[in-house]
Amino acid sequence: MATTEIKLDPTTKKLSLISFSGDFDKLTAVFTLATGAAAVGYEVNIFFTFWGLDAIKIKQGRSAVGKGFLPKVFGVFMGGLKSAPVSRLNFGGISPKIFRYLMRKNNVATLEELVEAAKLLGINLYACEMAMHILGIQKTDLIPEVKDILGVATFLKIADRGQTLFI
Amino acid sequence: MANYKLDITKEHCPMTFVKTKIELAKLKQGDTLEVLLTEGEPLENVPRSSEEQGFKVLSINETEVKGIHLIVIQK
Repeated sequence: MATTEIKLDPTTKKLSLISFSGDFDKLTAVFTLATGAAAVGYEVNIFFTFWGLDAIKIKQGRSAVGKGFLPKVFGVFMGGLKSAPVSRLNFGGISPKIFRYLMRKNNVATLEELVEAAKLLGINLYACEMAMHILGIQKTDLIPEVKDILGVATFLKIADRGQTLFI
Repeated sequence: MANYKLDITKEHCPMTFVKTKIELAKLKQGDTLEVLLTEGEPLENVPRSSEEQGFKVLSINETEVKGIHLIVIQK
């Protein structure tokens, strides 16, 4: 039986990241990979879904964002970039502050600096339509640099012929 | 012809490449960028990725400070 060989075009340098986790450490990984790849010539796409939407909200702290009572409650619990917890050993919220301090002390880019760099480098930021719908988030709640609101099918088309990572 | 300067000796990955890329984006045809960087990952990757993006690496020299190198890139 003949097998078909799928050859990836070697000149395509495209990286697509699905940012599902809203944790401080995982978001830092997403933005480090994204900015590093973009800086060496990759086309980079980030698809923010569920907890990942925290990273692209305009309101960085905790606020009752969302339509309806339950979404608003979660809006307060989730917060934005500033209130993102680490995925382990969060110690009630002290750990992100400790990590930010250590990063600044060692002159490593903080999460906020990486997000700014991502905007400067023209990385494509997308938001998941389904997650926004459930959490009652509008496009106006997101930072203006978000390129579009998409569903799975469109995202897969955009990510085609590149590498895709789920973080 | 403009000459830009960038010092990334105190930066770590990925900001080394990110800052270089942002500076390179300012270059017009014929402009040059002098980059001061440390040996190791920056020295191995900045020249290569600049060339991959269509820039010309004119020179790579170690400065008087051991481990610090100066790269001149031209668009």
